[in-house]
Amino acid sequence: MNRMLISSILLVFAMQAVAAGTGNTPAVSTADHTKFKALQGPFKSGEEVTQVCLKCHTEASKQVMATRHWTWDYVNPGTGQRLGKKTMLNSFCIADRSNEAFCNACHVGYGWKDEKFDFSSEKNVDCLACHNTGQYAKIPGLAGHPAYQRMELPPHSGKFVEAVNLPQVAQHIGKTSRATCGACHFYGGGGDGVKHGDLDSSLKNPTRALDVHMGADGGNFTCATCHKTEGHKVAGSRVAPTASDPHGAILRGEKTTRNPATCQACHGDKPHKPGVAGNLLGRLTLGDRLNSHTRTLACQTCHIPAFARGGVPTKMRWDWSSAGTLDADGKPFQKKDEHGHVIFDSKKGDFRLGENVTPDYVWFDGRVDYTLKSDRIDPSQTVKINRFHGSPDEPDARIWPVKRFTGKQPYDLEYLTLLVPHTATPDDTALWFNYDWPKALAAGTAAAGQPFSGKFGFANTEMLWPITHMVAPKDQALGCVECHSRDGRLKEVAGVYLPGRDHYPLLDRVGFGLAFLALLGVLGHGTLRILTRNRRKE
Amino acid sequence: MSERLYIFKRFERFWHWSQALLIITMLATGFEIHGSYHLAGFQRAVGIHTFSAWALITLWVFAIFWHFTTGEWRQYIPTLKNVDSMFRYYVMGIFTGGPHPYRVTQLKKHNPLQRLSYLILLVGINPLIWLTGLGLLYYPVWRDTGMDLATVVLLHTLGAFMMLIFLIAHVYLATTGHTPLAHIRAMISGYEEVED
Repeated sequence: MNRMLISSILLVFAMQAVAAGTGNTPAVSTADHTKFKALQGPFKSGEEVTQVCLKCHTEASKQVMATRHWTWDYVNPGTGQRLGKKTMLNSFCIADRSNEAFCNACHVGYGWKDEKFDFSSEKNVDCLACHNTGQYAKIPGLAGHPAYQRMELPPHSGKFVEAVNLPQVAQHIGKTSRATCGACHFYGGGGDGVKHGDLDSSLKNPTRALDVHMGADGGNFTCATCHKTEGHKVAGSRVAPTASDPHGAILRGEKTTRNPATCQACHGDKPHKPGVAGNLLGRLTLGDRLNSHTRTLACQTCHIPAFARGGVPTKMRWDWSSAGTLDADGKPFQKKDEHGHVIFDSKKGDFRLGENVTPDYVWFDGRVDYTLKSDRIDPSQTVKINRFHGSPDEPDARIWPVKRFTGKQPYDLEYLTLLVPHTATPDDTALWFNYDWPKALAAGTAAAGQPFSGKFGFANTEMLWPITHMVAPKDQALGCVECHSRDGRLKEVAGVYLPGRDHYPLLDRVGFGLAFLALLGVLGHGTLRILTRNRRKE
Repeated sequence: MSERLYIFKRFERFWHWSQALLIITMLATGFEIHGSYHLAGFQRAVGIHTFSAWALITLWVFAIFWHFTTGEWRQYIPTLKNVDSMFRYYVMGIFTGGPHPYRVTQLKKHNPLQRLSYLILLVGINPLIWLTGLGLLYYPVWRDTGMDLATVVLLHTLGAFMMLIFLIAHVYLATTGHTPLAHIRAMISGYEEVED
């Protein structure tokens, strides 16, 4: 089987489409890179471009190499867990090990196809991935490189990816944009919108209604407007998020260690217009009442009424156990729903998609821990790939909207660990080319350094994703009754007395019962008075 | 023969009717906030309820001032004397044409049963509702002290049910004058017809 994956084609074309977009107005620069002789080329590879960049931007690679965009490695200071994409599992494509040449198209470097990748070589940093202004795409399968020659992708498909024009791209570099960040972050999990639910290609040129900040007709923010970056260190992280930020807005020049990407960093923790007389009579107004909710709720809870709102569906469930199923002729096949979205693929199994999804809500204090590939699981229960910690008693915990993603994925029946399959790079063990689970798991676990008994099953898994993008304009924020009612959005969130949702059924029964009896009593009394009226007159 | 007695002063009548309006409004919106039904919408119900609460508190500041400066607070000094005959009247005499055992005067405008029930309202139900209600309005101030919101809500709801039952009884008993509308007219005009 020499065919490349359909999903990879889609991914490539989608990424090119993203990269080619005009996105944002280019920033005004004091340097016109088209005038630089060193950038006239020709360049044989991306590395050669990087070497030219580094002649002026001498510290750039060193800065990038200190970040997780480069290391894919992170130790959670709270839990001591070793995390980062190099180590972690998820319930989408599961892990990058053995699939590096494919997955690591989204590594901010050139050439990471196996263990031998040199993390210390400055020329391996891909400046263009984030700083291009179009016409640049890293091709899955090429280990982080763009196409240097016109190539048929997939082979024999009749579809071609044009060779990248490196001098042209290099001369037109700029600041990062929604398109460049989105080229990877919109496509996590193997396709547009698959993973996050609040990040997909609809945010490349969103309307204000989709995202009030990024909307081209709104704030027209780039990602970096909030994810304020210094020395290539990008603020904000889902691995160690800031769940609460109970402070005012950060003043320009203020010395602070606060995360600049939170809502509060700009809006403060009392963003709603307060009442006329401050705290005394202030409780009279809606603004004060809303402000007091910030002690309980994340801003996102009310201001992101639904995710996957831009017309791109997100995956809500991914069942790997049916992957490998072939049709009557032994050929791989796909099933699509009425909108043309794939809901079964022989390579990947069954999906459930969602658009305009109402989030789930959980208490969250920012601590997350993960089930790693070395952790023993209990397959009789749903395995939580990650756990959000937090309880109402903690001052740092807030009720957060999340995407609750469920699935089934392979685990070892003997070692009771979740397994890494080899899937994406064409060879004779990859699942997507051979449809053979035992071979794919043997190869994947070997590359991941996992023990594998040869016996495997499929465990139910669940993963939470914080919802923080696609902030709606304020007139679309949730109304009170969305939560303050018997069957509201927070129906399942324990630990708070929520007026409108909670009540004491016994008190209600007795109270309304007695009131009803009182009513019956006075009606009966009144009836008797009417009936005895004539007698009194005598 | 009967004579007209000026029983209810202008402020008193204003107090009574505005209080009635506020209490009915707050019962209606309060039970919506409680989740018993949907009417105005939760957000509007909270707004109306809160506004009415402040209005009622303001009204009461004036009412308390009025009661003490006029000495009218004495109207609520309880007495058990003749409570039994009042009771007998409502159970029997009212049907058989028996005489009303109580004669209203300007100094004693409430019969013994009224005195008792209004006193319970004024020193029991009202303070319960107000203290817990203010507690709910200012929840953000004390939420981190370890006190329990659910208990405050429970007491507030308990007070609301007592008020509801009071209201039902009160409205009905207002029709038990010598004509069904006599007491109600008196609370509008201030004059009660008293038979000699």
